[in-house]
Amino acid sequence: MMPSAVRLKLDSITKEYPGCRANDGVSLEIKAGEIHALLGENGAGKSTLMKVLYGVVQPDGGSIIWDGKPIQVESPAHARQLGIGMVFQHFALFETLTVAENIALGLPAYQSRDRAKLDATIREVSQRYGMALDPRRYVNTLSTGEQQRVEIVRCLIQESTLLILDEPTSVLTPQEVDTLFDTLRQLAAEGCSIVFISHKLREVRALCHTATVLRQGRVTGECRPADVSVDDIARLMVGNHTPLQTRVSAAEPGAPLMQVQELSHRTKDPFGTALRAINFDLRAGEILGIAGVAGNGQDELLRALSGEIRSAAQSVVLAGANIGNRSPGQRRKLGLAVVPEERLGRGAVPTLSLMHNTLLTAYHQGLLTGPWVRYGRVRELALRICDAFGVRSAGIHSPANSLSGGNLQKFILGREALQKPRVLVASHPTWGVDVGSAVAIHEALVELRDQGAAVLLISEDLDELYQLCTRIGAICAGRLSPLAPTSQVSIEQLGQWMAGEFESSDSEEAGHVAA
Amino acid sequence: MDWGLITNVLSAAVIAGTPLLLVALGALVCERSGVLNLGLEGMMLMGAMAGFAAATVTGSLLGGVLMAMIAGIVMSMLFAFMAITLAANQYAAGLSLTIFGTGLSAFLGSGYVGSTVAGFERVAIPLLGDLPVLGRVLFQQDILVYLSFALAVGVYVLLNHSRAGLIIRAVGESPESANANGLKVLAVRYLAVGFGGAMAGLGGAYLSLAYTPMWSENMTAGRGWIALALVVFATWRPERLVLGAYLFGLASILHLVLQGFGWRISTELLAMLPYVVTILVLVLLSVNPMRTRLNTPLSLGQPYRPSR
Amino acid sequence: MLQLERRPLPSPLMQWASPLIALMLTVITGYLIFMAMGRDPLRSLTFFFITPLSSAYGWAELGLKMAPLLLCAAGLTLCYRAKLWNIGAEGHLLMGALGASIVAVELRGHSGAWVLPLVLLAGMAFGAFWAGLAAGLKTRFNANEILTTIMLNYIALNLLVYAVHGPLRDPFGFGFPQSVMFSDSALLPKLIAGTRLHIGWLFGLLAAVAVWVVLARSFIGFQLNVLGQDSRAAEFAGFHQRWLVWFAFLVAGALAGLAGASEVTGPIGQLVPHVSVSYGYTAIIVVFLGRMHPIGIVAASALLALTFLGGEMLQIAMNMPKSITQLFQGLLLFYLLISDAFIHFRLRFKPAVPAPVTTENAMTTQEG
Repeated sequence: MMPSAVRLKLDSITKEYPGCRANDGVSLEIKAGEIHALLGENGAGKSTLMKVLYGVVQPDGGSIIWDGKPIQVESPAHARQLGIGMVFQHFALFETLTVAENIALGLPAYQSRDRAKLDATIREVSQRYGMALDPRRYVNTLSTGEQQRVEIVRCLIQESTLLILDEPTSVLTPQEVDTLFDTLRQLAAEGCSIVFISHKLREVRALCHTATVLRQGRVTGECRPADVSVDDIARLMVGNHTPLQTRVSAAEPGAPLMQVQELSHRTKDPFGTALRAINFDLRAGEILGIAGVAGNGQDELLRALSGEIRSAAQSVVLAGANIGNRSPGQRRKLGLAVVPEERLGRGAVPTLSLMHNTLLTAYHQGLLTGPWVRYGRVRELALRICDAFGVRSAGIHSPANSLSGGNLQKFILGREALQKPRVLVASHPTWGVDVGSAVAIHEALVELRDQGAAVLLISEDLDELYQLCTRIGAICAGRLSPLAPTSQVSIEQLGQWMAGEFESSDSEEAGHVAA
Repeated sequence: MDWGLITNVLSAAVIAGTPLLLVALGALVCERSGVLNLGLEGMMLMGAMAGFAAATVTGSLLGGVLMAMIAGIVMSMLFAFMAITLAANQYAAGLSLTIFGTGLSAFLGSGYVGSTVAGFERVAIPLLGDLPVLGRVLFQQDILVYLSFALAVGVYVLLNHSRAGLIIRAVGESPESANANGLKVLAVRYLAVGFGGAMAGLGGAYLSLAYTPMWSENMTAGRGWIALALVVFATWRPERLVLGAYLFGLASILHLVLQGFGWRISTELLAMLPYVVTILVLVLLSVNPMRTRLNTPLSLGQPYRPSR
Repeated sequence: MLQLERRPLPSPLMQWASPLIALMLTVITGYLIFMAMGRDPLRSLTFFFITPLSSAYGWAELGLKMAPLLLCAAGLTLCYRAKLWNIGAEGHLLMGALGASIVAVELRGHSGAWVLPLVLLAGMAFGAFWAGLAAGLKTRFNANEILTTIMLNYIALNLLVYAVHGPLRDPFGFGFPQSVMFSDSALLPKLIAGTRLHIGWLFGLLAAVAVWVVLARSFIGFQLNVLGQDSRAAEFAGFHQRWLVWFAFLVAGALAGLAGASEVTGPIGQLVPHVSVSYGYTAIIVVFLGRMHPIGIVAASALLALTFLGGEMLQIAMNMPKSITQLFQGLLLFYLLISDAFIHFRLRFKPAVPAPVTTENAMTTQEG
């Protein structure tokens, strides 16, 4: 049966930021008990719209009608009083506090005073929806999936009648996604409305009753996802002029260029992940993919390879040289290039110009004479990067933080690629990037591969990994699963690896396949 | 060694540690909310000057103490406006507050240099004051010392056992999450900074109305900065802060003790001791960086502005 | 309702207008303060800002005060560009004065052109050593440089006071805490005869130019900038952060040490407890006011030097407390930080409540 009463109506919501119109007359309608997908590529305005709805930002125009009454959502606190709950993509949790304390902070004082009662409520609610939680545990000891449960349970205890989930599956293994969907269906059946923000079309088709598609801040379509094809929805999302994906030719792997042997790292960061005895070979002409749920050691692995973390000399071998204890600069000289996860604030200095950001990692490409910088050459190289990789900016003197995510990522990848690396390590290169740029980035990675470079691709986007990679594996709690040719790894298998299930006998088999 | 000397030394250490304790308690709460105020020294000086001036003019020590706290709060609000409302760099804003407070207190206080007031007297607490050693050390002090005891307990309870404390800690860990949870980040931080200001003013008043009842330029002699180090030393926990403050108090009177023993070391060299100890403490902390990092409020020193 | 709103890009105009706005606000506040004190505000402001510069001698005095400020500020500029909050220029300066004095007293019997360079070098070495302590504490023990440099300032002051009361005290000085007068061969040559202006002023200008070249053209200058803007990018790029810390601190220490040496071998001619009128702290204001730019700090050091002269002038001419100097300096920095906020933000008039949406326009736009 389909629900009837309209719970929420957004009417021509407009929100403008300096230099960009994030929402331009967006209207949509959600009924009680409906699971409504909000689709759109990165930067389409989904998050802004939800921030408006949740009272984090105020709209410049338009109206919100809640249960038939026009309202203004003044703050997140107000939103929750109304019954609007939100699960953020980057959780709004306090890691140093317990589950119960986190939930108490979202409740009015009178509701959170009796801690024993609150604990009991948390246990009861979390079990009823199949999301068991211990209220006494500290949040930083929970897995990402469990942290998401805390967010959802918090909304449920607040008696939300509309639940907004922002890209909730991006932090889950495929198996966890199934569990989450069961919970959401149960909630909807009980009359809770759900807004499901995503750009993963298959998931939307599996879960959602209705969908609204946004592009560049405007509604470009509404549909019942079950009735239309994935390609149709994709066209609504990106328009007609953008290629949807890269065509990837078969790889011809050559000799190993980088060997990682028993790489371990004990973290000094109380919230970090230790790396435990990681082994793999990276061959010329292949793209090796490493999947995994965020926070399972991906960042540490990238740092250990880039040189930001030092380890035993022989634990990383690049073109025959032991470099585990070398500095990032020395590794670069040997032909290593790195694209880190954070574009602004690591891959590029936000406030410095593209020209200066060129110098950041390319300084040993003949840009220095003794202690002095040859800015003429730096300028030349910066122009070459922007030209070759189609970086759209106001010129090489514009600061990095004035570029869109996609353009900045193209710049960073271009800067690394033009250094003619033997090995390129890239982490989440298309995270938060528009589809057009993502395709360009994928093409650049494949081109590097075809030129004989070895590419290590760390990503949470399974579609991306399956599309590009020659071989694939997963990282969980700082340990690396077996690696196998992509065509031989089912999504279920990869999901198990992402959940850390690879120490049984089947890991042996997969190991043989990979060898 | 005789007990009389030891109790005298410990008693003096408590007195010398009290201004540090007061200032550091305020800074601790402020930092737990994520705001690093390097202006302690400036607020203390303003408190010392305002307290002394008010006590001189009104003849009331209590009036002096109140005025000192008001001065501290006013100064802290200048900081809060810069660091919270305008989201300025907290280091620069705090430094400017110290420089400004030093200048303003010297200017406004120039008329009071050389005058005197009768400072706070020791008041023995009945029964407790008669305890051997401990009574003399802890319970035959002036009322501001007793007030500092109460405030230390109060801050402990506030942070660990109250909803307000939970909110302060949450805001200090992640203002973004706090905002998303509907907590009023800026208001919480304003209050925390204001509390820090009041306590710094009080600490300043302790110097000019109890410790050495007089006013002179720069009379805090770096105590505001030492208090900052003390908060790190205490890993942002009030119970450890109390211990730390008295240890520093002891270090700062050690030259008197050594001279009492007839050691012939120049006063100027011994006067360095608290500063040297501060550096040593900072070095010792590096032995276990994990412990410090685990306890540091995660958003400490980061400006935060909610998006609109 | 007035609202602060983030600018899409920082305003380059405000970046440089901000110090001028701060100066204006300081003058206005000064006017009000003098009025509140019951003094003639215009006359007081004239005495503060204009009278000191009404003679050639006054200009020379300005240069005299500029020298230590500029030397300290040039070094601090390197540190602050890298967001290394070295508050220790005062301590470096005092140690520089102490080091130079030790050598100058030691070489009192000697004459020759080599004496002065040796004295100045000793000052630079002592200053660099003192800054090196803070650098070592930071790189080796991860100790916060703000706290260590402040503590080292107090320790340096105590050491200096100890020296003039003890080992360096003039045995024939009637017990005054001061060293003997240095011999002529250890004194800085005058720049203009008949004034107190010495070549230390040129040292300051040279230091500013050198820092400019380092920041604008050298790779280490670039690395310092990156470290300050984004330390994680510096780490990612593989810059040696420890070297950078050492470099910035040692240069800052040597320059501030030279400032201290120039004070004792310049206008003072001997070691006294009050070598510095907190030049090292004032230099912090100079750097911020000068936008951490070498040209900016030259202008800012002149302005801050004027506040010293102005304070003295008001004390002499109108019997006001000398601390008016510190007050003006504090106000200047305070206003600067406030107007700096408008580099990144602007004020906008906005209705307190978003315009109410009538059902009418809600209807018309619905199908858009």
